[in-house]
Amino acid sequence: MALHSADIARFSWGALRGYPTRTVLMLVAMAIGVSAVVVLTSLGEGARLYVMDKFASLGTNLIIVIPGRSETAGINPSTMMGETPRDLTLDDALALTRSYKVRRISPINVGSARVTHAGRARDTVILGTSAEMLAIRHWELAQGKFIPKMDLDRATSVAVIGKKIRDELFGAERAIGKWLRIGDRRFRVIGIMGSEGRSIGVDVQEIVMIPVASAQQLFNTSSVFRILVEAKTREAIEPVKQFIIDTLQKRHQGKKDVTVITQDAVLATFDRILGALTYAVGGIAAISLAVAGILIMNVMLVAVSQRTAEIGLLKALGASPRHIITLILAEAFLLSSLGAIAGYLLGQLGSWIIRYAFPVLPAYAPAWAVLISLLVAIVTGLLFSLMPARRAARLDPVQALSRR
Amino acid sequence: MIELTHIHRNFQVGDQVVHALDDVTLNIAAGEYVSIMGPSGSGKSTLLNLLGLLDRPTSGTYRLNGRDVTSLSDIEQARVRNHEIGFVFQMFHLVPRLTAEENVELPLMLAGMPVEERRKKVASALKDLGLEARSHHRPEQLSGGQRQRVAIARATVTEPRVLLADEPTGNLDHKSGEDVIHILEQLNQRGITLIIVTHDLEMGQRAKRQLRMLDGRLHSDHSDGQPAELDHGAS
Repeated sequence: MALHSADIARFSWGALRGYPTRTVLMLVAMAIGVSAVVVLTSLGEGARLYVMDKFASLGTNLIIVIPGRSETAGINPSTMMGETPRDLTLDDALALTRSYKVRRISPINVGSARVTHAGRARDTVILGTSAEMLAIRHWELAQGKFIPKMDLDRATSVAVIGKKIRDELFGAERAIGKWLRIGDRRFRVIGIMGSEGRSIGVDVQEIVMIPVASAQQLFNTSSVFRILVEAKTREAIEPVKQFIIDTLQKRHQGKKDVTVITQDAVLATFDRILGALTYAVGGIAAISLAVAGILIMNVMLVAVSQRTAEIGLLKALGASPRHIITLILAEAFLLSSLGAIAGYLLGQLGSWIIRYAFPVLPAYAPAWAVLISLLVAIVTGLLFSLMPARRAARLDPVQALSRR
Repeated sequence: MIELTHIHRNFQVGDQVVHALDDVTLNIAAGEYVSIMGPSGSGKSTLLNLLGLLDRPTSGTYRLNGRDVTSLSDIEQARVRNHEIGFVFQMFHLVPRLTAEENVELPLMLAGMPVEERRKKVASALKDLGLEARSHHRPEQLSGGQRQRVAIARATVTEPRVLLADEPTGNLDHKSGEDVIHILEQLNQRGITLIIVTHDLEMGQRAKRQLRMLDGRLHSDHSDGQPAELDHGAS
């Protein structure tokens, strides 16, 4: 005697419809669990993609050279000797162009100075850099020209200013071609940076850029703060990194006193951290699924005791314990899968709302999270119904039917 | 057809053992019309449950159609209940959310019968009981008498050899009760073995064979109005 699956489905569906309040409550519990997983993981994933995207906008195939060696083991011979690491210089930067795998480089210097024009003044970040910077960082000018291509050690008095600086110093006045003072030097404005150049850390609308050699004079230094190097291809990043280390070691009397960071390494770290975060919030949300599972167990227990007579009757009519278990589990399966689907839709709606409210956040639930949450919902629903189903199967039909 | 030999059924209540059935030996032939009467607690319902394979005896053997059914597994007993025994209860025990038709269909569904075949059998079972017009009604939309008729249709749709009725008129008014008894008797005339448990003397006396239970024992066994006092343990 095997039940037809169509009969099982019809009977369970009928049982669910027969107790609408219970069914709806269960569906809501399940749906909340699943939608929590979907929404939270989509949030986590959105944050990850957002950060990844921001880092990518720093530049492609980017390698950053920083003076000084950052050792994980705190003390090294140079600290013992009281040596300070040798600074990076413009010559170092030039030396790095001598590999065919390097597309372009740009040394930078950063400092803070007072910028004045016609009685208006503002303290701001001054970035000394070169013509290549625009391409390396994928910036776009709003107006005018960028720092022209020229020898790195030529200090010309030109400046590219951010939009906000222009608004504050020049107001409605035309800025291009005008002179302004940075510290005690005069510079001519040749370009304006718009909002396209916004990226992590710096808002180019609020800085002033001048040729790197001019910045060295301004801040009275012969060193550079960083050298940005762009490799030709992604595959070239590692060889270029090695080339940089070797070249600078040779130039620095054999000392390995620079730190080379690849953007990939930074990206990978963030990717790992944020990925773990997504797993974590997904896991927390999964707890609500387990709670929903326990709820299913309770409700199925109530359902079994509510329907004692019905189960007793089915037994009298020739249902074996296995039939009863099948029917109860089918009901639980139907309940949890409907709840899971409702939760999935609810979760998708939730992440759509997040995307709508925060357009910068690509909040899409990852496929693995959706799949796992649906699976966990159905499996917990079934697992937690095993006990009520067994109890129903063991039910004594005599007692069940004599209850009046 | 039904052979009970030295059936005991004990219940543990606290630290006391209650002998609900105490050495019952009973033979019922195919096609008989038997009533089981007796005061509450006399063991008549326990006997009916045993006959219907809803309960197992503590000791003794039960042979149904020549087969020992006491030692069958749960699954096999379920199959026997499904194929060979029909139940009619005092409380009707219809599933409230299912229509008359669906209620009657239940035992066939449990038997795994194909849908088309089921439909035919259900339709003819309902027709036999004059319920064609009510087949899509739910129990709450039916009168007591109609409900019991649906329950009878459900009990007979599998064409069982034995029909067990536990106070089938207990929840019905006099008129509906009469109808139900007539239907059951007609079924008996067509060959089904009918066993009715009842308090109602008038109804019990309609049966050709009347069993009286007392304190878990078969107290008397009249056939066709002729009293035949039992000598316990001898028959």
